[in-house]
Amino acid sequence: MWLKDSSIGRKLIMSISGAALILFLLFHGTMNVVAIISPKGYNMICEFLGANWYALVGTIGLAVLVVVHILYAFYLTLLNYRARGFERYAVTKKQASVEWSSKNMLVLGIIVLLGIGLHLYNFWYKMQWTELRHMMGADVDISKATDGIGYISELFANPVYSLVYLIWLGALWFHLTHGFWSALHTLGWNNDIWMKRLRVISYILATLIVLMFAAVVIYYYGCSLVC
Amino acid sequence: MDKTINIKVKVWRQAGPKVKGHFETFELNNISTDSSFLEMLDVLNEKLISERREPIAFDHDCREGICGMCSLYINGHPHGPDDEITTCQLHMRKFKDGETITVEPWRSAAFPVIKDLMVDRRAFDKIIQAGGFISVNTGGVPDANAIPIPKKNADLAMDAAACIGCGACVAACKNGSAMLFVSAKVSQLALLPQGQVEAARRAKAMVAKMDELGFGNCTNTGACAAECPKGIKLSNIARLNREFLCAKLKD
Amino acid sequence: MAKKQNIIDEAKEAIQKAAETVTDTVKDVLEDEKTQKIVKQVKKTAEKVADKVQDIVDAPETKEAADALKDAAGKVAEAVKAAVSGKTEKIITPKDAKIPEGPLAEKWTNYKAHQKLVNPANKRRLDVIVVGTGLAGASAAASLAEMGFNVLNFCIQDSPRRAHSIAAQGGINAAKNYQNDGDSVYRLFYDTIKGGDYRAREANVYRLAEVSNNIIDQCVAQGVPFARDYGGLLDNRSFGGAQVSRTFYAKGQTGQQLLLGAYSALSRQIGKGKVKMYSRYEMLDVVIIDGRARGIIARNLVTGRIERFFAHAVVVGTGGYGNTFFLSTNAMASNGSVAMQIYHKGAYFANPAYAQIHPTCIPVHGTFQSKLTLMSESLRNDGRIWVPKKLEDAKALQAGKLKGRDIPEEDRDYYLERRYPAFGNLVPRDVASRAAKERCDAGYGVNSTGLAVFLDFSDAIKRLGKDVVAAKYGNLFQMYEKIVDENPYENPMMIFPAIHYTMGGIWVDYELQTSIKGLFCIGEANFSDHGANRLGASALMQGLADGYFVLPYTIQNYLADQITVPRMSTDLKEFVDAEKAVEAKIEKLMGIQGKRSVDSIHRELGLVMWEFVGMGRTAEGLKTALTKIKEIKKEFWSNVYIPGSAEGLNVELEKALRLADFIEIGELMARDALNREESCGGHFREEYQTPEGEALRQDDKFSYVSCWKYMGEDQEPELIKEPLDYEFVQRQTRNYKA
Repeated sequence: MWLKDSSIGRKLIMSISGAALILFLLFHGTMNVVAIISPKGYNMICEFLGANWYALVGTIGLAVLVVVHILYAFYLTLLNYRARGFERYAVTKKQASVEWSSKNMLVLGIIVLLGIGLHLYNFWYKMQWTELRHMMGADVDISKATDGIGYISELFANPVYSLVYLIWLGALWFHLTHGFWSALHTLGWNNDIWMKRLRVISYILATLIVLMFAAVVIYYYGCSLVC
Repeated sequence: MDKTINIKVKVWRQAGPKVKGHFETFELNNISTDSSFLEMLDVLNEKLISERREPIAFDHDCREGICGMCSLYINGHPHGPDDEITTCQLHMRKFKDGETITVEPWRSAAFPVIKDLMVDRRAFDKIIQAGGFISVNTGGVPDANAIPIPKKNADLAMDAAACIGCGACVAACKNGSAMLFVSAKVSQLALLPQGQVEAARRAKAMVAKMDELGFGNCTNTGACAAECPKGIKLSNIARLNREFLCAKLKD
Repeated sequence: MAKKQNIIDEAKEAIQKAAETVTDTVKDVLEDEKTQKIVKQVKKTAEKVADKVQDIVDAPETKEAADALKDAAGKVAEAVKAAVSGKTEKIITPKDAKIPEGPLAEKWTNYKAHQKLVNPANKRRLDVIVVGTGLAGASAAASLAEMGFNVLNFCIQDSPRRAHSIAAQGGINAAKNYQNDGDSVYRLFYDTIKGGDYRAREANVYRLAEVSNNIIDQCVAQGVPFARDYGGLLDNRSFGGAQVSRTFYAKGQTGQQLLLGAYSALSRQIGKGKVKMYSRYEMLDVVIIDGRARGIIARNLVTGRIERFFAHAVVVGTGGYGNTFFLSTNAMASNGSVAMQIYHKGAYFANPAYAQIHPTCIPVHGTFQSKLTLMSESLRNDGRIWVPKKLEDAKALQAGKLKGRDIPEEDRDYYLERRYPAFGNLVPRDVASRAAKERCDAGYGVNSTGLAVFLDFSDAIKRLGKDVVAAKYGNLFQMYEKIVDENPYENPMMIFPAIHYTMGGIWVDYELQTSIKGLFCIGEANFSDHGANRLGASALMQGLADGYFVLPYTIQNYLADQITVPRMSTDLKEFVDAEKAVEAKIEKLMGIQGKRSVDSIHRELGLVMWEFVGMGRTAEGLKTALTKIKEIKKEFWSNVYIPGSAEGLNVELEKALRLADFIEIGELMARDALNREESCGGHFREEYQTPEGEALRQDDKFSYVSCWKYMGEDQEPELIKEPLDYEFVQRQTRNYKA
C-alpha cells in the first residue's frame, strides 16, 4: 500500500489529516468566539453539539484523524531517525531560512497533544461524555452538560489554567505556522511564487486560529478579575 | 602581502566503514586567507605525511564547484558556512584567526563512511538508474528545433538540472531525505516535452528507489535548499509531490 | 572454358606463392641493398603474367581475374616497400590509417555503407570494456549497450557523473546554421582544420563536423536544457576562432548538462543490466593476448584489491594529461596513466607536445595553490582584454596602489583588438594566450605577480545593462568573486593563461583503433581531431561525436571478426602476468619509503614543465627539461614516501602511480617539442616566429603527426610519422588580423 510504504504517501496522510484538523480548529475557534459575543448562543451551540448522532460521528471522525496524524508522526519520526544514521553531527547550525518550528514539529505536536488531553478532561469529559453516559443509562447529572459558558468561566478564572492554555495555544501556533503551508506543499500545491505567499498565509491563519481561542481564555480570565 | 591565520582543525577520523571513528585535532599555523579550504587540508596532509602519519582521506576532484565530488560538513554546515558554493570553493578568509574548525563527513544511513571524510554516495546513482532519464536510444531522434520549448520552462528545467549530486541536501536534512535531489531531476525532465512522455513512470520509479535505499521522509524543513550549493529550489519538491500524487491517483 | 579457367587459376596460385616467398625473403634480408630491385622485379613479373593471361583469354571474366592478379602483385610490392622503408623511416599511410576512399564529403557515408556489422544475437555474446565515463566514455558505453553489447564501464570517481567533462563551461559547436549566418558542415570542418593550424587529419575532422548536428538532436532528445529564445527555439553564441554563431550552450554549465545527458543514458543501461558499472576502480594495465587487447587489470580503490577483467575489445576514454603540469584546469584526479599503460604495450603516442594553454583562467595566487580555475572562453564575447598603455600604471597596479577601474580609457591598451582587428578578442586560444604572455613579459602585467591581464565588462554593462550581463555570465562572475574576493561588475576581472587541454594523445586510425588491435581510444585521450590547437566548444563536440556516433559504428568493423571468439578465462597466463607486473610496481613504490610526498615531487615536475615546456619553448630549454625530468624521475623512484599500505584505500598510492606516468609523459612531451622545429597551434618554439611574433609553421618539414613508439625502459622511443597531405583544403598561414 503506497500510503504506508512510500514516503510521499505517508506525507500525504500527514498533510490531509493535518489539513482536516486545521479546518476543525477553524470551526471550533469560530464557535469559541461566540462565547464572547453571546454566552447564550454559545450554550445553544453546546446543546446542538451534544450527544447527537451527527456530533458523535464528527467526534469519531475527529478522533480518527487525530490518531492517524499522531501515529504517522511517530512512524515518520522513527523512520527518519533511522535514515539519519547512528553517528550524529558534533556541530549543527540552523540555517537562517529554516523555521524553528519545522524542525520541532514532533515536540510541538506532543505539547499540543497533552493540551488536548487536558482540554478533553476539562470540557469534553464533562459535557458530551457525560451526556453519552447518561444516554447509556448511567446515573449521572446532565443538568450542566451543555453549560459550556459555565465551564469556561469557571476554568479560566483560574490563572494557572489560563496560563497553561495559553502555552498550549503558543505551541499550537508554532505547529500551525509550519503545518499549513507544509500540508499544501506536500499536496503539490506550491511553486516559487506561492512559496512566500503560503508562508504568510500560514502565519495569518495560525495567528487567527490561536487568537480566536486565546481571546476566550483572556476574556474570561479578565471577567473573573473584574467580577 | 597575504594575510595568514592560525587555526585548529578538528577532523573525523575513521579507518574503514565498519570501524569506530573519532575526532582528532590538528594545529595549523600561517594559513593564507587566500587559500581554499581544500588547499588548507592539502597543507595539513603534507604536514601529516612529513610526520609519517596517514593523511586525511577526503573526496575532491574538479575543485571548481561543479563535479560534486567534494563534501565535508564544516562547522555545522554542509560545504561550510558560505552560501551557494561547494567546499572546494570555500576560502579560508571565511574563518577567523584562532578558530577551531570542525570537519565531519556527511552523516546519513544511505551514505556510509568509507574512510575518514569520504562517504559512499552510490545510492544517488541508483536512484537515477531507476528512472532519471528519458528513454531514447542514440540516433533516430527528431531535429533539435522540431519541438519548440517555452523559454520559461527551459530556464526552469536548467535551474533544476544544475544539481551536482553532491549530497549536501541529504547531509543537511535532519531526516536524511533525498527529496531535493530526486525532485530536481524529476522537475528537469517533467518540464521538458521530451521528458513529459514518461513523467509519471519516472516519478514513481525514482521515489520508490529512494525509499528503498533508506533515505528519510521529507518534512519540508527546507534545510536542503538552504544548504544547496547550486541553489536548487524547494518548489521542485512541490512539483515532485504533484507529479507523484497525480501518477498514483491515475493508477 | 574449363581450360581457360585452369590457366587463370594456375597463374593466380603461382603469383600468390611467388609473392609470399618474396615477402618472406625480403623480411629476412632487409639489410640487403638489393631488396629494392627485387621489389621492382616482383611487380614487373606480376604485371607481365597478368598481361599474358589477358592475352591468352580475352573474355570479361578473365579480364576480371587478370585485374585481381595485378592488384595482388601491387600489394606484394607495397608490402615489401613498406617493410624496407621501415628500416629507414617508418611512415603511416592513409591506408594504414584506414581512411576511406572517395571525396571528403562521402568518406564517412562510404565507410558506413561498406563496414561490417554484428547481428543482434552475436552482440549479446560480445563484451566491451569502456574505461572512463566522461562525455566520450559514457556516451560510448551507453550507445554500445543500447545496441546490445555487454559493456563493463570503469571510473575512478565515486560516480560516473563526476568525470571532468562536467567542468566544461562554454558550449558545444554544431553546424546547424540555425542563426542563418552562413554556417555549414564544410565551414565547421574548415574552421577546425584552420584552428588546428593544419595539423589534423582532414577525413576525421570532416566526419566530426558532419556528425556535430546529430549530437545536438540527440542531447535535446535526452532532455539537455540548452538555452532557448522566446520563440522556444535554440539559442547560439559565438566562440573564439569562428565568424559564425554555432555554439549551443546551457548557461555556463554546458559540459555539465551534456555529461549528465550521457550519464542518464548510461544510467538507463546500468539499470537494465546491459552495463556493469565499476566506480572507484582504476585501470592499471591492458592485457594483450595474441596481439589483441583482451582485457584490463584494475584496482578497486576502496579495498585495494587488484582484479582482472576480460572483454573482446577495450575502449579507452580517460581524458588528457594536462596535469603533468601539476597546476592546470584539469580535475585533481585527471591523469594520463592509461595512455601510458597502453603506450608501454605498443600503442603509439601522437603529438604529445600539443598542449593547449587557455587564455582566461584565474591567475595563480600562492605557492599552496592546488589547481587553476578556468573562466569560460565565452566571456570573451562581451569582455574586452586590456593592459595599461603606460608602464608606470602597470607598476602601480602591481603594487596594489591602483585598481583597474582607475585607469582612464585612453590609457588602456586593448592589445587583441589592436593586433587582430578582424577577430579582436575572439582570436583562438593559443593566439590570445601568447599575446597575454607577451604583454606580461614586457612588464604590463596587472596583479602582484605581474602575471595577469584585465578582462573588462564595463563596456558590455553599459551597452547591455547589468541584468543582461548577469543573466549571461552571472554564475561565472559569482565563481570569480568567491575565489578572488573582488566584484567583477565593479572592477575588471584578472585573467592569465593556464594549461587546459591536450590535443596530443594516443594515435588512432579512422576507426579510432590504436596501433594495438582491439584497443580503441576516444575523446581527449586520442589525438585525432584538433591538430595542434583546439577551438573553443569543440572538445565537447569531439567527445560526444566519438562516443555516440563514431565508435559504436567503427568498433563493429572489428568485432564482426570476433564473434567466434569465446569469452576467455582471466586465469590465462597473460592476465596473471599483467597482474603480477602491476603488483610488483605497487610493491616497489610502497617499498621506497623515502622522504618526499608525492605532491611535492609533482609540483617540482610542474614547475619544470611550465618553465621549459610551456607557452614558449626553445631547443635549449627543452634539453634542460629532459635532463631535469630525468632527475625528477630518479628522485621519485628513490625518495618518494607513501604512507599506509596498499591494502585498502590509499590516496597517496593512487597519486604516486599517476605521477610515475606523468613524469614519463613530461619527458615525451619535451622530446616531441624538441623534435618539432616549428611553431604551430599550441606548440610555440621561440626560434620559429615571424617578426611580429606570430607562429611560423614549417610545412615542408613538419607536416606530419609524430607518433612515438615505446622501445623499452630507458630507451629512446621511435618516431613514426603520419604525413598529412591536404587534399581538400589549401594550407595557409593562420591570419586573424583581417
